[in-house]
Amino acid sequence: MGAILKEYRYTPAKIVRGYSGKSLYINVSDLRIEEKTITEFMKEKFTGGKGFDLWYLWNAVIPETRWDSPENEIVMSVGPLGGITQYSGTGKTLVASISPLTDIPIDSNAGGYFGPLLKFSGWDAFELQGKAEKEIIIFIDGNNGLIEIKEAEEYPEDSHVLAEQLTREYADDENDMVNVSVVCTGSAAKHGFMGMLNFSFYDPRRQTVRFKQAARGGLGTILCDKKIKALVVKYKGVTPNLNNAADLATINKVGVKYHKEMHDLDSKQNKMRQIGTANTVMIMSQYDLLPTRNFQTGGDPEVVKIAPEVFINEWLTQGLHDGCWYGCTMSCAKCADHFLLTSGPYAGERVTVDGPEYECVAGLGANLGIFDPQAILEENFYCDTYGIDLISFATCTAFIMECRQRGQITQEQMGGLDLRFGNKDAVLELLHLMSRGEGFGRLAGLGIRKLKKIFVEEFGADADLLEDIGMEVKGLEYAEYAHKESLAQQGGFALATKGPQHDEAWLIFMDMVNKQIPTFEDKANALYYFPMFRTWFGLVGLCKLPWNDIVPADNHKTSEPAKVPEHVQNYVDIYNAVTGEDIDKDELILQSERVYQFQRVFSVRMGKGERKDDYAPYRSLGPVSREEYLSRQDLYDKQLSELQGLDPEVIDLDEKIAKLRAYREDQYEQLMDAVYRRRGWTMNGIPTPERLREIGMDLPMLLEVVEPKL
Amino acid sequence: MIRLNTEDYPWKSGMTVRSLLDEKVFTFRHIIVRVNGEYVPEEEYETQLIQDGDDVIVLHLMAGG
Ligand code: SF4
Repeated sequence: MGAILKEYRYTPAKIVRGYSGKSLYINVSDLRIEEKTITEFMKEKFTGGKGFDLWYLWNAVIPETRWDSPENEIVMSVGPLGGITQYSGTGKTLVASISPLTDIPIDSNAGGYFGPLLKFSGWDAFELQGKAEKEIIIFIDGNNGLIEIKEAEEYPEDSHVLAEQLTREYADDENDMVNVSVVCTGSAAKHGFMGMLNFSFYDPRRQTVRFKQAARGGLGTILCDKKIKALVVKYKGVTPNLNNAADLATINKVGVKYHKEMHDLDSKQNKMRQIGTANTVMIMSQYDLLPTRNFQTGGDPEVVKIAPEVFINEWLTQGLHDGCWYGCTMSCAKCADHFLLTSGPYAGERVTVDGPEYECVAGLGANLGIFDPQAILEENFYCDTYGIDLISFATCTAFIMECRQRGQITQEQMGGLDLRFGNKDAVLELLHLMSRGEGFGRLAGLGIRKLKKIFVEEFGADADLLEDIGMEVKGLEYAEYAHKESLAQQGGFALATKGPQHDEAWLIFMDMVNKQIPTFEDKANALYYFPMFRTWFGLVGLCKLPWNDIVPADNHKTSEPAKVPEHVQNYVDIYNAVTGEDIDKDELILQSERVYQFQRVFSVRMGKGERKDDYAPYRSLGPVSREEYLSRQDLYDKQLSELQGLDPEVIDLDEKIAKLRAYREDQYEQLMDAVYRRRGWTMNGIPTPERLREIGMDLPMLLEVVEPKL
Repeated sequence: MIRLNTEDYPWKSGMTVRSLLDEKVFTFRHIIVRVNGEYVPEEEYETQLIQDGDDVIVLHLMAGG
């Protein structure tokens, strides 16, 4: 099926100590295929993974480049530790591009087999540039050293059918299907800006193709714009030491120790093997952190209907190994099998739904006022197969619903769609409209930042109110945690380089409950260490979850239990064992900081990444509405009295809201100052040449960007 | 009055680690409790009494997301 447009033969490079030393470049405009060398400079400054992605992306674009410019690239890389099979969470692929939502570099990571199989096929990184004339599929055969580009117009669009078809087509037989992995998106990705990428892996026990997502920032939209329908890689022969590690014995030893911990402790700790990340839904509600009805409140009595036990007992298949790469004993990639769809083009079919993960239950459930597990699973399925980032979709839809609740937009302006909190049928209909690019579905897929403008300019909505309740920063929608009472997490979201995703820092318990970081300096230290530490996972190809979703039994005896020191040491040991280097935990942070600061300068170069871009909507900092204030009146009154010396008895409600707002906005300004100082930035948020020099990143290209801003 | 995570909190006669966790709805499974600097294992939550003036730390171990 589909005429072959180009064939390219290559000799797969042998991997030595985690690197193949080669990267693949394909320009889909003229079907040019080139091999590049991974230089020592790249390894020293950028390590791998997201570091390589950002380096290539920087060199591909200019400050005027936008997401749909032909020179924009999608770059992916798995990192030097990617593909080892002895430790949990070692198969993450990092993807970067200039985002349609933010106009700055976005990075997102996914499990699934694509990245490791790509590396085993000889490629440490993969750049895609240009725009094809017609839809194409790119196939990489890592065993035979063949790259094939072919026409793809006859192939279906939605991920669950497309990936299944391609996996069958490229596998030699049923047994070979595990050796094929597909990257694709879905029918909605081309109609909006929140398209995501599905990364597949074949599950032989269920005999179905499954997915993990590089979801954030519109990567699927860019894939569609390049007219790339899918990427397929095939590599047969995964064995434990394809990375040719310097010291396999150490990797084995650390791996065995970790797997024993998983085996002994998971059922007593987070139950990742039973429910995955959704284990925290009830907890979040009990601590007032579950975003409910567009982050207005932090929980709801109805949340019991979507509690982890409901999914475990009634929906999710138990007892199967659910790792998204070989060797992951955390095995959290749960799914609902034989799920009967009730709406849309696949109504009446039984499918496997990957998930639900925490963000799904919180976002598509509580944040939309939907407390129905079946509806959540159906939304989850359609987001995935249509190629929609469910976090952006959920947060954006919650915003639309609140606009409706507050009379800022009418049902008529939504094309008759009755988008109010709790209306699951309207949400599913919105997804189907987005898939077809029809009606209000076209608007909703543009994301909150563009919707705010449209609602104000075309529907006469109140601009100030929409700024307060539209949960986006830099153009990216917030991930699903209510966090008004944690100043550190307000910064964790709004000061994150790419936009408000929690993969830089999740500090709510440390800050709000444990009270471990009371001063601005304490919070700034946490907002230095955790983003730097967590960036490292993306440099080397690791999943974050095995770091702290289980901890050693004696973790409490350590001086800094929040950092899980034994697991940090595991990572240092594994990195050294694969690469033959000799880093320690401080050098690990330095590797991260080089890339972290590079990404901030990259954002500055693209026109964002200054103080003005780091402000949070007020809903993130405090109560916007009277109802919100009244829902926690005791707490807020106490703060007015204790922190501001006011007497709440003599102030009316609107004045209380205003006073609290002034206080909290000032606190946030002070936090920004402290974090900027700690990160070595000017008070305008620009990395200083001195800081860049200290970490060995005073490259002329970076200095050229920052110096005019000083 | 006791100190709970560096702040004042009312003490009640007969207060145990367990009753304090219940009262605060500290339901997260992954916590460390220290009373006056001494680690309290989970098996002792029901029996460990908290005295007036004690310094109690309840660390929730989640810094990831
Ligand atoms: S912990 Fe979960 S998400 Fe991470 S690699 Fe393992 S199965 Fe995949």
